[in-house]
Amino acid sequence: MLTRRDTLAIGLGASAVAMLPAAVLADAVDDAIAAFTGGAEMADAGVTITAPEIAENGNTVPISVDAPGATEITLIATGNPTPNVGKFTFGPGAGASMVATRIRLGRTQDVMAIAKLADGSYASTRVEVKVTIGGCGG
Amino acid sequence: MTEVRPRIRLPRSASAGDSIVVKTLINHDMESGQRRNSAGETIPRQIINRFTCEFGGVMVIDAALEPAISANPYLEFEAVVPASGEFVFTWYDDNGEVYTATEAFEVS
Repeated sequence: MLTRRDTLAIGLGASAVAMLPAAVLADAVDDAIAAFTGGAEMADAGVTITAPEIAENGNTVPISVDAPGATEITLIATGNPTPNVGKFTFGPGAGASMVATRIRLGRTQDVMAIAKLADGSYASTRVEVKVTIGGCGG
Repeated sequence: MTEVRPRIRLPRSASAGDSIVVKTLINHDMESGQRRNSAGETIPRQIINRFTCEFGGVMVIDAALEPAISANPYLEFEAVVPASGEFVFTWYDDNGEVYTATEAFEVS
């Protein structure tokens, strides 16, 4: 049973997470990018993210990524407490280097996709998704 | 938690060599490890951390999933079907459980 006090405490906890200093988050995002690319340059063409401009419910935001010729795609939610969303590796049986799923977004933020191409180079793109109700629980 | 039941959707038909759209969904809370219960304790993380799909023994997609994937994880992707064969879908739970589903697919 959730009392009024509990609800308040939970709300406070959630806003504490939301107020994480931007610098800490930026580091986490940089780390997530570096973990995937090893610090390599990223081209800014060849990756397409399809996501709603405004997501009313951050708990389930439909998103799809398409990167022709990619062997791997990683998705990063730059404003989430943990930026990594998922890494998708395409095998020889894949019909296209695309994947669609539903993700959680804690607040309005940029969602980033990085593709590793068959020649070992990287490409990325990012789109902003406005979130009305955050999806990181609380 | 209720029984985990994978759901798969494939097109009705395809020709040999076609690329088909595969849609999968499994009911799972994907407990993120970020939430707290009413006593203020963190609810431990329990998610599906990996999903794979093979067709005829050939890897189609191998996905490493994080807590930012929504509850009841849905994945849609494309697979090439060079001949009739069997899809094998596998979900790996944080608690060590492995859920599998198989689906035969005939090409025309």
